[in-house]
Amino acid sequence: MWKPPTVIANTTRGRTTEETRRQYMSEHEISVTVNGERHELAVEPRTLLVTALRDELGYTGANVGCETGRCGTCTVAVNGETIKSCTRLAVQTDGAEIETVEGLADDGDLTPLQESFQEHHGLQCGYCTPGMLLSADALLATNDDPTREEIREAIEGNLCRCTGYQNIVDAIEATADRLGERR
Amino acid sequence: MYMDDFEYYRADSVENALELLADHDGAELIAGAHGLLPRMKTGDESPSALVDIGQLSGLDAIEARDGERDGDPGGISIGALATHTEIAESETVREHATALADAAAELGDPQVRNGGTIGGNLAHGDARSDPPAPLLALDGSLEVRSPDGERTIAATDLFEGPFETAVADDEIVTAVRVPTDADAVSGYHKRRDPLSGYAMVGVGVWLRTDGETIEAARVAVTGATTNPARLPAAEDELEGSAVSEETITEASAQAGTTLSDEAFVSDVQASAEYREHLLSIDTERTLYEVLEVDR
Amino acid sequence: MSDADASGDSGDDGSGAFGAAIERGEDVPLLTGSGEYTDDISRRGTTHLAIRRSDHAHARIENVDTGDAEAMDGVLAVYTGEDVVESGVPNTIPTAWDLPGLVQPQYRMLATDKVRHEGTAVAAVVAETPHVAHDALERIDVEYEPLEHVTDPVEAVERDVSPVHDEAEDNVAFDFELGDADATDEAFADADRVASVDLRQPRIIPNAMEPRAALADWDETTEKLRLWMTSQNPHLHRMLLSAGTLGLPENKIQVIAPEVGGGFGSKIYHYPDEAVTAWCSMQLGRPVKWQATRSESYLTDCHGRDHVTTGEIALDEDGTIRGVRVETHAGLGAQLSQFGTATPSYLYATVLSGQYTIPAIHCRVVGAFTNTTPVDAYRGAGRAEGIYVIERLVDVGARELGMDSVELRRHNLVAPDEFPYESAAALVYDSGEYERAMDLALEHVDYDELRERQRELRDEDRYIGIGVGNFIESAGLSPSGLAGDLGAQAGGWESSIVRFDSTGSVTVLAGTADQGQGHRTTYAQIAAEELGLSVDDIDVVEGDTDRIPQGMGTYGSRSASVGGGSIARGAREVREKARRIAAHQLETSVDDIEFEDGEFHVAGAPDRSLHIQAIAHEAYLGHDLPEGMDPGLEETNFYDPENFTYPFGTHVAVVEVDPETGEIEIERYVAVDDCGEIINPMIVEGQVHGGIAQGIGAALYEGAAYDDDGHLQTRRMDEYAVPHATQLPDFETDNTVTPSPHNPIGVKGVGESATIAATPTIVSAVVDALEPFDVDHLDMPITPESVWRAAETGGDR
Ligand SMILES: Cc1cc2nc3c(=O)[nH]c(=O)nc-3n(C[C@H](O)[C@H](O)[C@H](O)COP(=O)(O)OP(=O)(O)OC[C@H]3O[C@@H](n4cnc5c(N)ncnc54)[C@H](O)[C@@H]3O)c2cc1C
Ligand code: FES
Ligand code: FES
Repeated sequence: MWKPPTVIANTTRGRTTEETRRQYMSEHEISVTVNGERHELAVEPRTLLVTALRDELGYTGANVGCETGRCGTCTVAVNGETIKSCTRLAVQTDGAEIETVEGLADDGDLTPLQESFQEHHGLQCGYCTPGMLLSADALLATNDDPTREEIREAIEGNLCRCTGYQNIVDAIEATADRLGERR
Repeated sequence: MYMDDFEYYRADSVENALELLADHDGAELIAGAHGLLPRMKTGDESPSALVDIGQLSGLDAIEARDGERDGDPGGISIGALATHTEIAESETVREHATALADAAAELGDPQVRNGGTIGGNLAHGDARSDPPAPLLALDGSLEVRSPDGERTIAATDLFEGPFETAVADDEIVTAVRVPTDADAVSGYHKRRDPLSGYAMVGVGVWLRTDGETIEAARVAVTGATTNPARLPAAEDELEGSAVSEETITEASAQAGTTLSDEAFVSDVQASAEYREHLLSIDTERTLYEVLEVDR
Repeated sequence: MSDADASGDSGDDGSGAFGAAIERGEDVPLLTGSGEYTDDISRRGTTHLAIRRSDHAHARIENVDTGDAEAMDGVLAVYTGEDVVESGVPNTIPTAWDLPGLVQPQYRMLATDKVRHEGTAVAAVVAETPHVAHDALERIDVEYEPLEHVTDPVEAVERDVSPVHDEAEDNVAFDFELGDADATDEAFADADRVASVDLRQPRIIPNAMEPRAALADWDETTEKLRLWMTSQNPHLHRMLLSAGTLGLPENKIQVIAPEVGGGFGSKIYHYPDEAVTAWCSMQLGRPVKWQATRSESYLTDCHGRDHVTTGEIALDEDGTIRGVRVETHAGLGAQLSQFGTATPSYLYATVLSGQYTIPAIHCRVVGAFTNTTPVDAYRGAGRAEGIYVIERLVDVGARELGMDSVELRRHNLVAPDEFPYESAAALVYDSGEYERAMDLALEHVDYDELRERQRELRDEDRYIGIGVGNFIESAGLSPSGLAGDLGAQAGGWESSIVRFDSTGSVTVLAGTADQGQGHRTTYAQIAAEELGLSVDDIDVVEGDTDRIPQGMGTYGSRSASVGGGSIARGAREVREKARRIAAHQLETSVDDIEFEDGEFHVAGAPDRSLHIQAIAHEAYLGHDLPEGMDPGLEETNFYDPENFTYPFGTHVAVVEVDPETGEIEIERYVAVDDCGEIINPMIVEGQVHGGIAQGIGAALYEGAAYDDDGHLQTRRMDEYAVPHATQLPDFETDNTVTPSPHNPIGVKGVGESATIAATPTIVSAVVDALEPFDVDHLDMPITPESVWRAAETGGDR
């Protein structure tokens, strides 16, 4: 009945190893500190920071959702400031301190912001969430009592197709309130 | 998303950057990468080498220089590497060059403001950008260096067409200069393109007034036109007129009259005709805001 | 016959999990970055696929030269359409819905003869790194002979153009009719007034935040394919890959949908790309990964909508709707995607009665091939287009009669005692209290006062508009037999397993597949309720064809009603088996056993009891079971509902427009949804929010366009407006609850409702604001410029 499809013999081109891979790329040695951990790695000049984080270092929390710097799913903090890691070359960040979503929770304990996202259903598919969290954190670091309008402006660079943003705004607002109470 | 390969050099000084530029044919500078990378990712540009000046220290200072001294024209100086966030948050810029602070605060989104630089923005010549209108209205200029020395490019000479500026391939912008005037006020109004977030229409205004009469005026547009431009007809109408609703109405009506129909951008979101219509309205809004006249 | 037994009021006492706003169990990995999407997964030795796509809208392929690309370092292989043909695989991307007279052209994984839309896959490169693969794309030399192209569905059939497919010379894929044409003509002849509207529903690009991706790993020794992919329906993908493209037996394909970053329809379909990924892995014997760039998504993810419609409504002076007549040209794109035929036909024409009693309806839909990205279901699919038409017609009808549009709506609503209601558009609505939901929505905005304020503001040259959108949705397409009669090539059932593990925990395996809807939480709530347990006792597994025996997937608002229904039924069977064991071990008759909070006890003797988890243990020990009973405690359930469910509701928007600039500001947005019983109010609200956002997006911002060269003009994320946070207001949501009488848990579904509702609501509001300017309709997206022009010219542009 079923017969296996013919396989075109094309595997003869061989299996390129990691070493041959290095040969056809002019690579730069860089070092970055991600969530407090220092990494040395070699990257092609054209490797984006997000690609280095994801593919070379395994920090797959930051996502890639566009090529025009629009979606914000790749947002990370570099030297304390959020940027879109798809709009920065990895080589440019040589020596930088980088914070990704993986660095937020402490030993599995969610931060108040993360808890609040869960409480307020501020995520559905979760693809935008790592970037949202970093943008929200950046806002709360400088503004402990933001208005809803300010919150919306702070996450303007982070697109979400699932939530309509309202619950995200609620989550951030509630975190600010909670942090305010603690002070 | 996937760029052509290129060589990468990180400069450790302006001189070094100039050398690297000179040594590598087709090399381009990169500062914040927010202008160039998106275009490289979509294949619109593919430089063979990049010279990174983003990490140079001392090029991001924002300072007010009092008075002309030792050939320095005074006013404020904004280092080319100052980010939009730094400019938006700078008291100095807010006080002396409000229009530039407005533009920086309205530009892109928080991450873009953290990543992009004023020097890169102005050197890039993207006609949808915000800072060009305030720079023109404030009569600012760029300080640039090349292997041949230093020169100043006046804002009015800077914008030569889409992604074309007077900054030559072997030149580096080191600072943005803006003259200050204690009797002047300025502001910038942005109408966002809902798709890109860039300016669909951006109007920058600078006015010197004694509170009753407008002594001098400069008005400029970005986003609506293929090249950022001053709006002399509106300026003429304002200069010497009383600070009044009537003046604002008349000057706004004049806003686009010196521009040809072809000067206006037309795209899926807004036609040239609509942009021309908005230019008057937004000039009016900016004038009301800057002059703090009640309607 | 119905086994309705909505958990809320089921005889046995549940755990109270059903109906609670429980926080989602799926959130923690997603919040900490440890959740795995397809592109996060890697296999040892993974290679990377890049796909060469045509930049022509329509052209004959003269030659494909892959030599230069193949010679590049790091390139493992370059394949063309001919290579796929030669490999002998079936290579046919199938349609999943037949229609009378349907023209079904060949749809191959990689094109061989012609490219029919910009973005058509022409060749594939596999390389050691994504960069090398993409570098190599540029070295492939494709010679084309350009052909005349057409992107507009009306032009495609009315103008004499070079056909997209030779099989359809006039570009007509199907010519579909629904309803009684004669009766409708008669109704129009007899009616006092007729109003009409010409409208376009532009193409929408779905824009799930995660672009499509696939990772294929072919094991040469077992001849088995593992395929991780961004899928809304892994079993359907497995079936289509098996029968359509790859020819592997189904049991040699494992499709895994890990975390999926949104779908909205776009991840239902069998596209060429994922099949090519799998095929390449089979050729090379190495894992192959493909991840679409956003521009690739824009060119290849099925677009939604693309309708050009003339609608007419016949009315009597008193507001009675006598008939509705609709003619639509639906763009299908260059190829038939699986549900590309069903969406503009049965999913569209059947809802044209909306919430109203309309005695005569006739609809004709011409499905046209165009040189564009294939069009298929996008959130709201068909129903959104249909409800948009009827709601626009009601608005223009009210204008024609000089009647308040709410009054006209009220006058024609199907009344609660008319259910089940058989519409003139061939559906039988299950249940509804339309007026209750509408009144609740109007109450929220204080409709009468709002109209008063509108009049006052107009005197000050300020223009607010009040938009009202009544909707129904036909959700959970079923039963299978009916779907089959209409042309479906797949069933409408859903399947699940409810399994007690031997130590008392419960595993639910569900055939649906989550992309953010929170199934793991809501399904646990359903099972917990039925089994008297806590949601923490339940683990829900989805998205893996090797673990979950069968399933149809998640689309068409079906998961809660059909998937959830299946789980409830399975859980009840499990409970009944447990009850029999309890009766046996407590030495009493089954009828004497009562069930409460997970505990079986003898009626009248509460201390003689056994907990269901203890019984699970007994069931697996098998030492002491009733005579003839098999051990174990699990049930496989296939649930084929007896009908669709019909969610409904009313949304109201208040907008202010500035005629001078065309600016539109949404002042308030109120949504009253009735999705039957609510399993988790927090999740339901989330679905409503997201749905409104997408509906508003379509009304005001979104819309894909092609230029004169047949190139997609809105090709990047900065050229197509996915609404961002400052472009949307806060929404006010509320619910009424009208259980579905035939669904086991009374639910109706809520995935698409708000998208369906929001679009007509917003358009209605903007048009209402422009009433003083004699504007009675504006096409989407309603940009500020279109408002400005309409205000200048009274809508005659
Ligand atoms: C998603 C997104 C949204 C944006 N939205 C806006 C917006 O709304 N408004 C707006 O105005 N801008 C916007 N931008 C652009 C942003 O302002 C950038 O900061 C700016 O265009 C470029 O600055 P940069 O430092 O990143 O330049 P780079 O990309 O590093 O360089 C841009 C160009 O300038 C040259 N260059 C850079 N620095 C110098 C220098 N010192 N001397 C000489 N040449 C130099 C480079 O060679 C290059 O050609 C947006 C960008 C993105 C990615
Ligand atoms: S990936 Fe979209 S902004 Fe970075
Ligand atoms: S939760 Fe899916 S994109 Fe934001």
